[in-house]
Amino acid sequence: MKLVRAMVVVLGAMLCAAPGAVLGQQPVKIGMSMPQTGTLGGGGQAALLALRMWVDDVNAKGGLLGRKIEFIVYDDQTNPALTPGIYTKLLDVDKVDLIIAPYGTVPTAPIMPLVKQRGLLLMGNFSFQVNRTVKHDMWFNNSPWNDASSWSDGFFQAGQKLGAKTIAFLAADQEFAQNLANGARDLAQKAGLTTVYNQNYPPATVDFSAMIRAVRAAKPDLVFVMSYPNDSVAIVRAVNEIGVGDSVKLFGGGMVGLQFTPNMVSLGKSLNGIVNYNSYVPGMKYPGIEDFLARYAKRAAEAKVDPLGFYLPPFNYAIGQMLEQAITATKSLDHKVLANYLRTNEMKTIVGPIRFRADGEWANARVVQAQFRGVVDKNLDQFRQPGKQVVLYPDQYKTGDVIAPFEKARK
Amino acid sequence: MKPQRYGFWVGAAAVLGLAALAAATIRNEYYFFAAYVVVQFVVLATAWNILGGYAGYVNFGTSAFFGVGAYIAVMMIKATGLPLGLQILAAAAVGGALGFGVGLLTLRLRGIFFSIATVAITIILETAVINWRYVGGATGIQILRPPVTEPFESYIKMLFVAVVLLAIVAVAIARYIETSWLGRGLRAIRDNEEAAECSGVPTLKLKLLACTISGALMSAAGAPLAMYQSFVEPASAFNLTYSVSALAMPIIGGTAHWLGPVIGAVLLGTVQQVVTVTVSSELNVLVVGVLLVLFVVAAPEGIVGLARKLRLRLRSRSGAGNS
Amino acid sequence: MFSLDLLRDAVVFGLLVGCFYAAVSIGLSVAFGLLDVPHIAHPAFLVLGSYCTYLLCQYGWDPILAGIALMPVFMLLGMAVYRFYYVTFEKRGTEAGVRGLAFFFGVVFIIEVGLVLVFGVDQRLVEADYIGKSLTIGDMRLPLRLIVAFGVALVLTVGLTLYLSKTFTGRAIKAVAQDEAALRLMGANPVRIKQWAFGIATAVTALAGALLIIVGPVEPTMDRVYIGRTFCVVVLAGLGSMSGTLVAGLILGVSETIVLTLLGASWAPAVSFGLLLVMLGIRPQGLFGR
Repeated sequence: MKLVRAMVVVLGAMLCAAPGAVLGQQPVKIGMSMPQTGTLGGGGQAALLALRMWVDDVNAKGGLLGRKIEFIVYDDQTNPALTPGIYTKLLDVDKVDLIIAPYGTVPTAPIMPLVKQRGLLLMGNFSFQVNRTVKHDMWFNNSPWNDASSWSDGFFQAGQKLGAKTIAFLAADQEFAQNLANGARDLAQKAGLTTVYNQNYPPATVDFSAMIRAVRAAKPDLVFVMSYPNDSVAIVRAVNEIGVGDSVKLFGGGMVGLQFTPNMVSLGKSLNGIVNYNSYVPGMKYPGIEDFLARYAKRAAEAKVDPLGFYLPPFNYAIGQMLEQAITATKSLDHKVLANYLRTNEMKTIVGPIRFRADGEWANARVVQAQFRGVVDKNLDQFRQPGKQVVLYPDQYKTGDVIAPFEKARK
Repeated sequence: MKPQRYGFWVGAAAVLGLAALAAATIRNEYYFFAAYVVVQFVVLATAWNILGGYAGYVNFGTSAFFGVGAYIAVMMIKATGLPLGLQILAAAAVGGALGFGVGLLTLRLRGIFFSIATVAITIILETAVINWRYVGGATGIQILRPPVTEPFESYIKMLFVAVVLLAIVAVAIARYIETSWLGRGLRAIRDNEEAAECSGVPTLKLKLLACTISGALMSAAGAPLAMYQSFVEPASAFNLTYSVSALAMPIIGGTAHWLGPVIGAVLLGTVQQVVTVTVSSELNVLVVGVLLVLFVVAAPEGIVGLARKLRLRLRSRSGAGNS
Repeated sequence: MFSLDLLRDAVVFGLLVGCFYAAVSIGLSVAFGLLDVPHIAHPAFLVLGSYCTYLLCQYGWDPILAGIALMPVFMLLGMAVYRFYYVTFEKRGTEAGVRGLAFFFGVVFIIEVGLVLVFGVDQRLVEADYIGKSLTIGDMRLPLRLIVAFGVALVLTVGLTLYLSKTFTGRAIKAVAQDEAALRLMGANPVRIKQWAFGIATAVTALAGALLIIVGPVEPTMDRVYIGRTFCVVVLAGLGSMSGTLVAGLILGVSETIVLTLLGASWAPAVSFGLLLVMLGIRPQGLFGR
């Protein structure tokens, strides 16, 4: 009897203590879907690794507000039809405290009405103008651009310096490319460029020979392409196969996917001459980024993802840093409180200081336009040093002048 | 027959009552999110069965009507902002007209040609929508829900009750057809179309009627999709997976009786939702494919058929035991 | 933007790609046209062939050799599938027609999802010396991968047509399509022959799958777009006409490329299905049908 009573007492004490202990150690749940397969998969896997690094770093220091982070991630396969269901599940079944948007415009656009209706804070991840129609006030998009001009200014200015008068547009029919195309077309008109070819293609297109032939027949000076990784690779291959004509001075601009290391390595010298956007190339000085990239390279080798990690990982780590800064400063997980903090303060991250505008985009854009030069086939290490991507714009990061026409720059 | 008729309406009222009760008491919205899909498939399966089960014309174009319904709703939301009920009615009207048109074009074709023609129509409609910038083209379009009306607490609960109502209407229509002159005519067509023609059954008229009703119901089921997902894009709205599911569920449940599609949809739909939450969304398409093949090969009369056989066997066994 | 050069280019590309479409469809011509099997899973087997080629290419094989090596494997697969179909459906009569169709539709989805589970949703492509280069003729640059596909497709299509019209087994296959009872009276086993024919159709599809992944990247849901192309070619040709398949393929190829060039990529998916519907409406027996 004494033994039983003792056991009951001990058990009772444990049960009373347990809820308290559990509450104190109840994790902060952060949830998201990330395209780990599908057209954005190559970038998504690298981005995810950076976020996991941030979660590990924070948990090593004791967590957020004394609580460990539990990170819940699903694969949306770059399929916009899957994200509303995934985020509904994260919110109602997994009961997460905070959400981060998937990498990319296409998977993010479908969940904007959802987060607005539920009044949730959403950290954007390299998407472009998804908030334009929904106008959610708790949206903070971490990407180095804001409006279409931040993408196209560099490209158009470089073109105009070369005396370009005509332009061809090739855009995928999906949220990102169409948002950008709408902006870029207006800007081209304002810059005095005449559009001689304008084609939207369905996202599932795999063969671009007909379109490249049509572009060539139109004899444009500039070709501004807005495409997603699978199409970007296919377009580069098509240009390599059948050529785009001698009239073209500049080719590229808004091709997503040519920043993913595996694509850069497999396309090799087909990339030469293309002028395209990027977020970071070796040589750009951001505080702390080089340490991060060194640590990232080790983890990437183990995880077998993009070993260089220039394009997305630093920015994804920065998303984590911003959440951390806001939560630590306000000592709260309340979405409205955090949103207010993010709106009114400057964030310090490994990609530099960041301030957000009223619409949730960066106040100051920092997109670079760079030209691929001297790239050889099947060589990863060549990209570690500056020189293979010559920055043309903006001036503060410029490392060289453009070589034109396009076909000449390819040799 | 008489007691059964009232039985059905009592059952229907009970179902609706249960749905309303659930909407009033259950907190977690995910249940409604998942249940909506299951009930939506009840409508699609029942609608498919009107032409596929009763008349024997295997329609692979469910996705076409479903997608059209969703996009009519999108168009109405963008152009007029009219409420959900009117969107559903408009979609049903267009779906019926489309069903009539498709019927006129394709019902003269036999067997596989009819089925391939319905796939063709799905892709052609999808391509047309892709080229229609007003509703978003291939990019898709974000939809903001209007504020929910009393007495519902949230929009998803209202959608759930709306789709339950739609399912009851669909099943009632199917049941009426099955037991009426229309059903007898369709069965004659399914068994031997030439003989039916020769005995004076107006086969083309009946087939067209079945196609029109079927199409109207499928499009009605597609209309709430716009509000449900808050985002519509052609690749998923016209996805062939709807066609396969709408085909598999009646075959699994049983095509001869109106209860068959309901059983098939509830069973398969629930399994799909559970698999999506616990494993992955790929596996749920595999489940549909495997069960379809299994039932088509081993149990062509579906669950209703199996139940009937079981009942007969028990009856004969008890009869033999007595003597 | 319309120019004669562009049109000429479109026609040439269309002919190259059209011959490839013929090779891709000729298996269906045999399976559906001659044997009356509602083989809607044919494009799924095509994509399966592409993925098997991809697997072998990971070990350094050349894609065309891989395709040829896969032919006997797919032959056995085809024979097994036909045997199962015959035992389960064909024996049981007309009701089975509907169920046979549903069966094959189920098979399509099982193959598709199987490929997604094994390979993922990403695009896969193969590398070879002739992929990525082009041949310059005048001011036209023709991708070598299309020329290679054209050549192999031509050999395949003509080869199969000759086999069916010149060899003994080939003629037996055609005979069983025309009059099964008569064949039985002459002492041949029609089921055995049909099984053999279905096996050959599937074997041909394996090599066509290799050509598919040479021509461009593949992903698991690609079979859906090829349902339109293959059935369009078969219906256009007319059920039972093998030589018609080549002509029909060329017609489809050229129509698609012209629409692509003049109207743009967003209308291209509808060309094959549209042509199919038109044929079914105007002349269901096809151009060369019996």
